[in-house]
Amino acid sequence: MYDSVTNRRSFIKKMAMLSAITAAASMFPGIVFASEQEKGIPENANLDWKKGPCRFCGVGCGILVGTENGKAVAVKGDPNSSVNKGLLCVKGYHQIMCIQSKDRLKTALVKKNGKYVETPLSEALDLVASKMKESIAQNGKDSVAMYTSGQSTIPEGYIASKLMKGAIGTNNLDCNARLCMASAVTGFLTSFGADEPMGCYEDIDHADYFVTWGNNMAEMHPVLFSRMLEQKAKRGAKIIDFATRTTRSSTASDKSILFEPQTDLAVANAICYEIIQNGWVNKSFVEKHCSFSKGLTNIGYGLEDKFKFTDKPEKIDFEAYKVFLEDYSPEKVAKYSKVSVKDIKYLAAIYGDPNKKVVSYWCMGMNQHTRGTWINNLVYNIHLLTGKISQPGNGPFSLTGQPSACGTAREVGTFTHKLPHGVVMNEKDREMAAKIWKVPVDRIPSKPTYHATEMFRAVDRGDINFIWVQATNPLVSLPKTSRYRPAMEKKSCFVVVSDVFPTPTTDVADVILPAAWHIEKGGLYGNSERRTQYWQKMVDAPGEATADTWMFIEVARRMGFEDLFPYSKENHVEEIYNEYRQFHEGAKHGMAPLEVLKKESGAIWPYVNGKSTQWRYNAKYDPACSNDEDFHFYGKPDGRAVIWQRPFEDAPEKPDQEYPFWLNTGRVVEHWHTGSMTRRIPVLHQAMPNAYVEFHPDDAKSLGIRNGENIKVTSRRGSCTLPASINERGLPTKGQVFVPFFDENMLINDVTLDSFCPISKEPDYKKCAVKVERA
Amino acid sequence: MPIKSYLAHPITGRKEELMTALISLGQCEVIPAENQNILALVTDTQTEKEDEILKEKIEALSSLKLLALVSGFNTPQ
Repeated sequence: MYDSVTNRRSFIKKMAMLSAITAAASMFPGIVFASEQEKGIPENANLDWKKGPCRFCGVGCGILVGTENGKAVAVKGDPNSSVNKGLLCVKGYHQIMCIQSKDRLKTALVKKNGKYVETPLSEALDLVASKMKESIAQNGKDSVAMYTSGQSTIPEGYIASKLMKGAIGTNNLDCNARLCMASAVTGFLTSFGADEPMGCYEDIDHADYFVTWGNNMAEMHPVLFSRMLEQKAKRGAKIIDFATRTTRSSTASDKSILFEPQTDLAVANAICYEIIQNGWVNKSFVEKHCSFSKGLTNIGYGLEDKFKFTDKPEKIDFEAYKVFLEDYSPEKVAKYSKVSVKDIKYLAAIYGDPNKKVVSYWCMGMNQHTRGTWINNLVYNIHLLTGKISQPGNGPFSLTGQPSACGTAREVGTFTHKLPHGVVMNEKDREMAAKIWKVPVDRIPSKPTYHATEMFRAVDRGDINFIWVQATNPLVSLPKTSRYRPAMEKKSCFVVVSDVFPTPTTDVADVILPAAWHIEKGGLYGNSERRTQYWQKMVDAPGEATADTWMFIEVARRMGFEDLFPYSKENHVEEIYNEYRQFHEGAKHGMAPLEVLKKESGAIWPYVNGKSTQWRYNAKYDPACSNDEDFHFYGKPDGRAVIWQRPFEDAPEKPDQEYPFWLNTGRVVEHWHTGSMTRRIPVLHQAMPNAYVEFHPDDAKSLGIRNGENIKVTSRRGSCTLPASINERGLPTKGQVFVPFFDENMLINDVTLDSFCPISKEPDYKKCAVKVERA
Repeated sequence: MPIKSYLAHPITGRKEELMTALISLGQCEVIPAENQNILALVTDTQTEKEDEILKEKIEALSSLKLLALVSGFNTPQ
């Protein structure tokens, strides 16, 4: 009794401290309580500390997990990690609390007569393999699909790709990184011919200005934002927040500039106009290292099933580009962007000043955009025109949302068009994959099939009869879930979901496979700055919960592909990584050996001659540069980065008389994406228990809406009822409402539109038209 | 047996002093923010009366600018 009261009291004290810390995090963006991490460590504990990356966002903070008697009992920031230097955010140091959740999936569940029945894992895997084989036999290889995640480890993504593309022979593999990062990929490929940022987080220590484009870093990348605030305090670095909503990042910035949704395209062009008009172009850089191109215009929005688009790039010259920009003078753009002429000129002057170093940061605001590829290109244009790129403190930097959107989705290539090196459309890339995988080259199809949105449309149409969803929760995170939830419930498709916890997606599964969490398996993640990080298994998973990689291998073997998946259960992570590394050998993308990753807190690729490459394309830092110049954009055959002529085009759906508000959706600091993990962490759940709909106070007043009142938000697709939030977490501009998407009980994605960028196929979650009324 | 948590805002430049003063009062657990002028504070007392007295002592500290209550719990004796 004494023990239980004491334990309860000590638990309550911890909860009280966590409440205070969470409250502080709400008030001060980027606040860090490093010593809090030590408080959770039991007295006289004999902890074994193991290093790894954080389970949550794409920053990729290094963590140390303290284990005792086979249980994870403490987490602290890894002081040896150059990413976070020992700091963590509120999600980071609470992360292990979710794995003890009472509703943890510990056994396989198979739906029989409408009810889930606990089933031995081996039997469930037999069923999964037989259903896959049955579907292929009856309806062909393209009737089966796999939908994975930017939270999948590198070995998980690699085995998924090898199983689908190399063994079965279908390109029906895509992942949730399509929903967050695809526009960044196509932006990099079209401008530079090679994916992922050229710079690294050390840029923060050198930049004079940080311009954040539609990016609430204080809540989404808090540790990086705290590093920026430190530079602001120490060196007087300035933060300029350019967004459609006032957030904690805006209030902590030196200047907040608001723009009308979608008009970032026009403002970016206006900045380039000003740079040229004022003679701020770095002429020698542009002449030596850049070319100019234009693509097709009026390219559509992907709203119809089976939408197809292929761009047709055409070379232009600087003069033609200059003429094109005449439509984007600050005076013209100010009229529809709602950004003043003065503010456009202010932004241009920051980029144009040759004595100031500038880093641009962005994430979902630019990527989840029906012209996502274009806006990525346009921000690159600004940096290319001024030559502010690939140098410490100067560069465009696309941040990732998920812990391995880069390492797994983009580098391993769990997209329909990708291979671990290159793309399925390229014969040489297919030959390389076939050689390493030891499969006939003609087994790998040369045409991509379904990107994420189209994959679930195909499920709805009955074109996909088997789908395996791994480490993601699409029935909360897809746009227009009002269509895709009923689609996944159809009998025409057998649904397998592997996850750690029950979710609205496991609710529609025919088989639920219990997955091991992050530290219950070994693996590797790759973060936003090209850093690959390894961790070893730290604790056992409960019950029959198993690493996803191993479940993929077991199913592959049951399907008759034993010879292609010869890995051992004990060492499969190491064996798979060593096989995968072969795809990237060389100075342009060499991956660090596992021995190095075991010792160090990650290494940045290209890893050449025992060294990480921090700034690509700059001959001073990057050994892959071979043109005897200062810079070499070697991703393009001519070694030149492309400055793209891309116009402003409107959003597919805008507020009108019937649906008079813009709807913007996003995230909050307390919760990780769809909340399946963080809502099981009591202190985070208490701090942010449910979603809400934010109003501008003037809109709330004119509609007579009070704080906390239930409001029905309705679009042409569906509706969602949430409490109103006025002058609380964020402040949308007039005529706009904002809703976070973490809450499975308030599914705002029933309301959103499944339009996407025709080049990247990434949906736009930031703009559609809605009406609001009291519920 | 009240347990309460607060955010304690020190007077500029006196964060360390406030932290030392709070710890020396006893019944206080303090965690300073690394990069902001603020302390997270948890008080743990036996009775409501004791809690009131402790709060008065905290509020009398000259290095304290503002004390903001975040949460309060009461556990059985």
